[in-house]
Amino acid sequence: MVSIAAFAIISLAGFGFFAWNMLKIRQNIRLGRDIDRSDNKGERWKTMTLVALGQKKMFTRPIPALLHFAIYAAFVITQIELIEIVVDGLSGNHRVFREALGGFYTFMVSFIEILSLLALIATVIFLARRNLLKLPRLNMKEMNGWPKMDANLILFMEIVLVCCIFTMNGADEVLYNRGISHAADLGEGSLGFSLSSYLGPFIFGDMNDGTLHTLERIGWWGHIAMVFAFLNYLPYSKHLHILFAFPNTYYSNLEAKGRLTNMESVTTEVKLMMDPTADPFAAPAEGAAEPQRFGAKDATDLTWKNLLDSYSCTECGRCTSSCPANVTGKLLSPRKIMMDTRDRIEEIGNNVRKHGKDHDDGKSLLGDYITQEEIWACTSCNACVQECPVNIDPLSIIVDLRRYLVMEESKMPTELTGMLTNIENNGAPWQFSPADRLNWKDEA
Amino acid sequence: MSLHVPTMAEKMAAGESPEILFWVGCSGSFDDRAKKITKALVKILNECKVDFAVLGTEENCSGDPAKRAGNEFTFQMQAMMNIQVLDGYEVKKIVTACPHCFNTLKNEYPELGGNYEVIHHTQLIQELINQGKLALKGGGTFKGKKITFHDPCYLGRANDVYDAPRALIEKLDAEMVEMKRCKTKGLCCGAGGAQMFKEAEKGNKEINVERTEDALETKANVIATGCPFCNTMMTDGVKNFNKENEIEVLDVAELIANAADL
Repeated sequence: MVSIAAFAIISLAGFGFFAWNMLKIRQNIRLGRDIDRSDNKGERWKTMTLVALGQKKMFTRPIPALLHFAIYAAFVITQIELIEIVVDGLSGNHRVFREALGGFYTFMVSFIEILSLLALIATVIFLARRNLLKLPRLNMKEMNGWPKMDANLILFMEIVLVCCIFTMNGADEVLYNRGISHAADLGEGSLGFSLSSYLGPFIFGDMNDGTLHTLERIGWWGHIAMVFAFLNYLPYSKHLHILFAFPNTYYSNLEAKGRLTNMESVTTEVKLMMDPTADPFAAPAEGAAEPQRFGAKDATDLTWKNLLDSYSCTECGRCTSSCPANVTGKLLSPRKIMMDTRDRIEEIGNNVRKHGKDHDDGKSLLGDYITQEEIWACTSCNACVQECPVNIDPLSIIVDLRRYLVMEESKMPTELTGMLTNIENNGAPWQFSPADRLNWKDEA
Repeated sequence: MSLHVPTMAEKMAAGESPEILFWVGCSGSFDDRAKKITKALVKILNECKVDFAVLGTEENCSGDPAKRAGNEFTFQMQAMMNIQVLDGYEVKKIVTACPHCFNTLKNEYPELGGNYEVIHHTQLIQELINQGKLALKGGGTFKGKKITFHDPCYLGRANDVYDAPRALIEKLDAEMVEMKRCKTKGLCCGAGGAQMFKEAEKGNKEINVERTEDALETKANVIATGCPFCNTMMTDGVKNFNKENEIEVLDVAELIANAADL
């Protein structure tokens, strides 16, 4: 009874705290500007299925893709076992699905055990890639400090989780052999799981009944405690991608990558300028939207999709390792753009909740987090967008920051001022006379 | 052979409306190297008797570099002026040898009211060859040579056109070799996003040098491109390694014009 109550309290607290944090994140994302991604539902479901569920884009790099898939598959399948743990925990039963499912149960747990072992191997290799092999993209300067710690913590938690599963099943196997497991005796002498039926007797075979019962409980409680710890760690971590990959790919940009957004506010003004009958002193129409800042200076000037992108980023660095500016030593790193955006919107969200909506902390995304040097290094080549396994678009943030700098502050590299003046004066980015445009025709 | 380059104004005066507009672009009009690409394409169009015209002095920058530099005002001013001209001539179909113009006209003009079918010159040339209008006599002077193709970002990743330029190179009597970073993984030449018009930010290498290394690794004799900016950047990259005599940078249109003896 005590354990049922304890389980219920832990579950409630675990889910409750998680829900509370998710609401905060939702609130933060909604601080962004609106953008319509409600069209093409069929195409969106397809994209989500292929890219998030099927991990299509991961497989352009096969080795990490396979390792990642092992962990992903184990994680997804283990959810079935988790349901049993929750039912057992709340009803005081032990392996409640076993009697009902019979042979399928044995198959299912056996499958989970094999995937868990693969996940364990993958996790160890991932730790080695980060900390021993020191893969460049996982060890760049924006990863110093918390991001590196975050990544290692996640991998460490996964190891603990898998160890709990094998302790639980292994100890239970020995208890079952001895006829004293809490699982219903189906008269088979063994629980028959693929790995723990060998591993259990090998590791725990010599232990006494009391120790085994304790170990089995440690495994069981350890497992569920880790699950709740993990769940509540997500909102603070890059690991949130395991959930956000799905909505983020659903709301992907479905247009050609080369197409930058059209700024409607500008269209209105340009049309006014080109219309000889327009009255430049006319008052704005009744109910017209309040003029917004051109481009983005702070995270709240970005769209909610940009902000969702930032929460979906798991800092894998594929974007940065394919960025032409970054590989030639420039300051720009698309991954850092995403990390900065998330950090900044978190900060703004906390300010709003603490001090109200209009609080100004005197900081901004552009300037305090992202420098001008970074955004001017971008060639808009779309390599980062192409590479991202969950369809994050760092380029649209970079362009919006440029728009702010150029249109609100007239700040840009001097050569670009010249280029823009040329376009405006003579219709070409270089200083050539428009009258000479067809001269090539008659040149030898 | 003199080039036959009618303008839209001339066509209109004669009461004709050509099938396709050749959007030359600023590089193709003013840059000495890119003008050669323009002429190669015109030779192909003339050879195939394509009914085309150019805007000539009525053409204006598409606005691409302004938009990528963050100046949406300048971009939209250019776009709307161009749309007025294009619509005035009732243009339906446009071909261009510049992937930046291609992308902007195709993807960014419709929202401002300019709706045209826009194709890249490699797509048009592929079409002409497939229709039997253009014959490659003997494959030109490429026998035994290796050609690699550098994907322009605004043709490849931006618009998913990877096959047309490659299909053309494969028609030549030459060996096509891919760089380690190609197609969706192709590395930018360094000129996109208005970088063409400014110095690069501080780093440890120029992007075009990095990309030229990829090309040199293939031991190709020719770096083929489909973009005047890429052409400039790769040409400079080759010069950086003093390899001008060993490796040529040519547009796919130039390769085809050569192979067709034009």
